[in-house]
Amino acid sequence: MTDDITGGGREGPGSQWYDNEAGPLVRPYAMTGGRTRPGPTGARLDLIALVTLAADAPDADDGALGPEHRTLIALCATETQSVAELAADADLPVGVVRVLLGDLVELGCVSVSRPVPPAQLPDERILREVIDGLRAL
Amino acid sequence: MVSEKSDATDGDTTALALKILVAGGFGVGKTTLVGAVSEIRPLRTEETLSEAGRLVDDTDGVDRKVTTTVAMDFGRITIRSGLSLYLFGTPGQDRFWFLWDELAQGALGAVVLADTRRLADCFPAVDYFEHRHIPFVVAVNCFTGARRHDAPSVLRALDLDPGTPVVLCDARDRDSGKEVLIRLVEYAGRMHTARLLDSVR
Ligand SMILES: Nc1nc2c(ncn2[C@@H]2O[C@H](COP(=O)(O)OP(=O)(O)OP(=O)(O)O)[C@@H](O)[C@H]2O)c(=O)[nH]1
Ligand SMILES: [Mg+2]
Repeated sequence: MTDDITGGGREGPGSQWYDNEAGPLVRPYAMTGGRTRPGPTGARLDLIALVTLAADAPDADDGALGPEHRTLIALCATETQSVAELAADADLPVGVVRVLLGDLVELGCVSVSRPVPPAQLPDERILREVIDGLRAL
Repeated sequence: MVSEKSDATDGDTTALALKILVAGGFGVGKTTLVGAVSEIRPLRTEETLSEAGRLVDDTDGVDRKVTTTVAMDFGRITIRSGLSLYLFGTPGQDRFWFLWDELAQGALGAVVLADTRRLADCFPAVDYFEHRHIPFVVAVNCFTGARRHDAPSVLRALDLDPGTPVVLCDARDRDSGKEVLIRLVEYAGRMHTARLLDSVR
């Protein structure tokens, strides 16, 4: 599926669906080889799922990695990042980041933790911490 | 289901992320509020037009699908290392409702911004969170020129469940925005405790 990447600039038949109100039309999936869904391990990553660089991540120069993959790795290198932050900082749409992260997970470059469901979370101690933290802001 | 926390012996070493939504009608101050309390950045999500416009065309894979960008506000508040609040300003347009479902999933709670000059604009958001049992507070953005309403009258006008917090705020003011978030976190905690008690009763 990834072997017919033709980069940007291709005029697809879908271009006629231009819709002013909806914002500019883009072809953000060119860099994912047209894949709009992550591979099985990337599943549907939550916007606040946290992405951590794997300690034993393979070399970032790995030929399988595109520039956007490397951008994401660089962003995770300093600290754990959420999916939303990666998208905002890399200036990539969320769906693209999900696909790229799916690749990185499969390659063992990063690990992604599912957010703790709030039904299990609001541990009183943590909420207290949040409230105190907000006050101190 | 096993939570992340149980993987670690010390809860403090596990990074936690909490999601709060900021919703409300057009131009009610969502972007302003997120920007007042956090470092705001635009977040682009892209949706295939088939999804947005219901032109179902899922047969030939996705290579040719044209997408449209939907921008959301996004801000992070770092409470401490390993504990952050993430704020998402929901797109105001009705046609992007399907985005809300993803945003709402796993949210700690929501802030519904309201403008008393056009209160009805926040009905859809109120309905949405009520139906999904997502704790929310109504924050009345006190625009200059708008008549001051007291919280109880807003509560009645919106026909809210009696316990729902209504806070008057100035979305431009950081302290005011912080107060709104604090009220929400407190309320979410109370709702959660109440549900826990219900479930063991
Ligand atoms: N006087 C006053 N103006 C405000 C206040 N909050 C927001 N505004 C102004 O109202 C306008 C709309 O605010 P936004 O924060 O962009 O509203 P929004 O909900 O993000 O709007 P959309 O994303 O278009 O739905 C801006 O010009 C703000 O400066 C307030 O508390 N008082
Ligand atoms: Mg806005």
